Amino acid sequence: MEPGLYHLLFISAALFFIGVYGFLTRRNLIAMLMSIELILNSVNLNFIAFNKYVWADKLDGLFFTIFVIAIAAAEAAVAIAIIINLTKNFQSIDVEETEEMKY
Amino acid sequence: MPNATYIMLIVLLPLLSFLIMGLFGRTYLKNTAGIISTCLSFISTCLAFYTAYGYFFEYGKINGVYQKLIPFNYLWLAFSEGLSINMGILLDPITAMMLVVVTLISLMVHIYSLGYLKGEERFPTYYAFLGLFTFSMLGLVVASNIFQIYIFWELVGVSSFLLIGYYYEKPSAVAACKKAFIVTRFADLGFLIGILVLSFYAGTLDFNTLIQRLTSPESNELKSALAASFLGISALTWGMILVFVGGAGKSAMFPLHIWLPDAMEGPTPVSALIHAATMVVAGVFLVARLFPIFAISAPDALEIVAYVGAISALFAAIIACTQTDIKRVLAFSTMSQIGFMMFALGVSKYGGEEGLGYTASMFHLFTHALFKALLFLGAGAVIHFVHSNNMKDMGGLRKQLPITHFTFLIACLAISGVPPFAGFFSKEEILLAAFQHNQTIYWMALITSGLTAFYMFRLYFSIFWNKSYHPNHQDEHGHHGEGGFVMMMPLVLLSVGACLAGFIPFGKFVSSDGTALVSEFHLQFSIAPVALGLTGIFTALFLYKTENDKPDKMASSLRALYQIAYHKFYIDEIYLFITQKILFNCIGKPAAWFDKNVVDGLVNATGNTTQVLSEKIKKIQSGKVQEYAVYFLVGVFGLAMVFIYMWK
Repeated sequence: MEPGLYHLLFISAALFFIGVYGFLTRRNLIAMLMSIELILNSVNLNFIAFNKYVWADKLDGLFFTIFVIAIAAAEAAVAIAIIINLTKNFQSIDVEETEEMKY
Repeated sequence: MPNATYIMLIVLLPLLSFLIMGLFGRTYLKNTAGIISTCLSFISTCLAFYTAYGYFFEYGKINGVYQKLIPFNYLWLAFSEGLSINMGILLDPITAMMLVVVTLISLMVHIYSLGYLKGEERFPTYYAFLGLFTFSMLGLVVASNIFQIYIFWELVGVSSFLLIGYYYEKPSAVAACKKAFIVTRFADLGFLIGILVLSFYAGTLDFNTLIQRLTSPESNELKSALAASFLGISALTWGMILVFVGGAGKSAMFPLHIWLPDAMEGPTPVSALIHAATMVVAGVFLVARLFPIFAISAPDALEIVAYVGAISALFAAIIACTQTDIKRVLAFSTMSQIGFMMFALGVSKYGGEEGLGYTASMFHLFTHALFKALLFLGAGAVIHFVHSNNMKDMGGLRKQLPITHFTFLIACLAISGVPPFAGFFSKEEILLAAFQHNQTIYWMALITSGLTAFYMFRLYFSIFWNKSYHPNHQDEHGHHGEGGFVMMMPLVLLSVGACLAGFIPFGKFVSSDGTALVSEFHLQFSIAPVALGLTGIFTALFLYKTENDKPDKMASSLRALYQIAYHKFYIDEIYLFITQKILFNCIGKPAAWFDKNVVDGLVNATGNTTQVLSEKIKKIQSGKVQEYAVYFLVGVFGLAMVFIYMWK
C-alpha cells in the first residue's frame, strides 16, 4: 500500500503527543529537551507532508522545515547551556530542584 | 555704522568668563580665576567705552538727533507675521550709557574682589557668578525686543539670587536670597502680563515697532488699546502699569522694596555691583526704554511712576536715618535715590525742554552708579577692617583707613548734593524737573534730599569720627591694614568719577527724543536744596562728631516715630502677616490638606490595590516548569476549541 497524507499526519500527531507527554511527565531536563525535539520534528513532518501531497509545485514547506531544524539546533545549544548552569548550581538535572526560582 | 561684533563681544566676554570659571574654575584655576575674569572684564569695558565714544561722537547722530540703531538682529522664534522673539542689539543713548556704567562698575568690582575675597574657598565660583551677572545685565541693556529684555531680566534675578546666597552656610543669607528671588519673581509676574497685554494690542514685541505703533495717534493698534478698558482704565494703561510693577520689584520701589535691605547679606562688592549700581536701576531703565509710550499714550501710568518713586524716596530716607547696620543704611539710601530717578521720569514729558526729567533721571542713574558703588566699596573696606557691619563697632577709623576715609567723604558729599560733586548736578536737574511739573513731588524730594545729607553724614561721622578706635582682641593678631592696592585703586578711580562726572553736559547726549537738551543752571533755584543739604550735614556733625548722648535723647524724645522708622514702618511684619496668617491659613493649608489626602490618597490607593492583588495571584507562579507547560497546553487547546467550534 502506497503511504498517503493521512498516514504521515497520523505519525506526526503521534509524535507530537508523545513529545508533549514526555515534556509533561519526565523530571529529567535532558529528557524534556529531547521531548521538545520530538515535538519540533512532528511539526517538520507535517510541513513536508502537506508540501508533498497538497502543494507539490511549491517549496515553502521545505524551506520552513530547514529553518525549523536550524532553530532547533540553536535552541538545543541554549537549552544545554542553561542545563549545565543549573547542574553547577543544584548538582542535579531534576527539574523539581529549580523550583526556588519562583515569583 | 557701529561694529556689531564689538558690541556682541562686550556682552559675551562676561559669559565666557562665567563658562570658564564655572566649568574649570574649581579644579584648575583656583588661584588665577580672579585675574582671568578681571582681564576679560577689562577688555569688555574697553570695548564698551569704544562703542559709546563711537555712538556719541561719530555715527550716532544724524541731523542732530541720536538714532535708535539696530546693528544686529537675529530672528529667534517667529510666531506670526510681525510677532516674533528676536535676539538683537538696540543701540541708543541710554544703551550706550548703560554699557559704560555696567562694564565699568563690574570691572571695579572684579578688581576690588581680588583683595576682598582673597583666600575664599569658593573664589572661582564667585567670579563665575559675577560673570553671569554682568552678562545678563549687559544683555538686558542691549535688548532690542521686549521679550529679550524679559529673558535677561530673569537671568539677572537668578544671578542676584546666587550672589546674595554666596555665603550659603549662613541661614540669614539663605533666607535673604530666597526673599529677594520670591519678591522680584512676584513682581515679574506683573511684567510678564504687561508684556502680553502690550504685545496683544500692538502685535509686535520689537521695541522700535512697539513704541512707534503705540505712540502715533493714527495707528489702529493705539486706538484699539485705548478703546479696550477694564475697571475704567484703558488696556494700554493697565499694560504699562503692570510693566512698571515688574520694574518696581527689581528697583525695590515701595511696597516691593522689602528684599533690598536683606540682600545686603551677600558679599559687599556684590552689593556695590548689583544692589547699588546696576541691577536695581533695571526698573528705571525699563521705564526709560518705554518712556515714549508712558509719556504720550499712558500719562496716568506715568503719574503712578512719579508718586511711587517720590514715596519710596521719602520713605527710605526716613528709615535710613535710624538703621545701625552700615550696609542697610546704604541699601535704604539706594532705594531712596532710585526713587529720585523714578519720579524724575514720572514728572517728565516727551521731547524738547519738557523732557528735562528724563535726562535728569538718566544723569542721576549715571552719577549715582559711581558714588554709590564707591560708598559700598568703601563700606566694604571698613567691614573688612572691623569685621562687623554694625556702626556701634566702628568710630575713629580715619587714622587707620586714610584712603577709604577720603573717598568715602567724597562719595558722601556727592550723594548729599554738595557742589561741585557729581550728585549736585544730577539732583538739581531732578528737583528742577519736579518743580516745573509737580509741586507736591518737589516738596517731598526737597525734604528727602535734606534727609539724605543727614543720614549719609550720620554714617560718615559714626564710622570715621565719634569715639576713638579700639580693636577687639581677636582682631589684633590678624591686622591687615587698609586692604592693599587692588582694593584702594577702585575707590580712588570711582572717587575721581564722583568728583568730575557732574561736569558732563549730559543733556547733549541723552534726552527723551534724541535731540540735544541744553540744561541751564539756575543759581537761585539751587540755593534751597544746597542749604537744606548743608543743614543736614551740620545736624549730623552736631550729633555724631563726638561720642555723646544727644542722639539717644533725640531718639527717646521722638520715641514713637523713631521706633516705627527703626522697624522700617513694619512693612516686613505686614507682609509676614498677609503671607503667613492669611495666605497660608486660607489657601496654603487647605491646598496642603487636599494634596496630602486626596491627591496622595489616590496614588497610594492605586499602589495598595496592586500590591494586595498581586499577593493573591502570585501563587500561580510556582516555579514548576511543567505546570507552566500544562497551563500553556490547556490554553492552546482552549483557543483551538474556540476557533474551531465557536468562531463562525
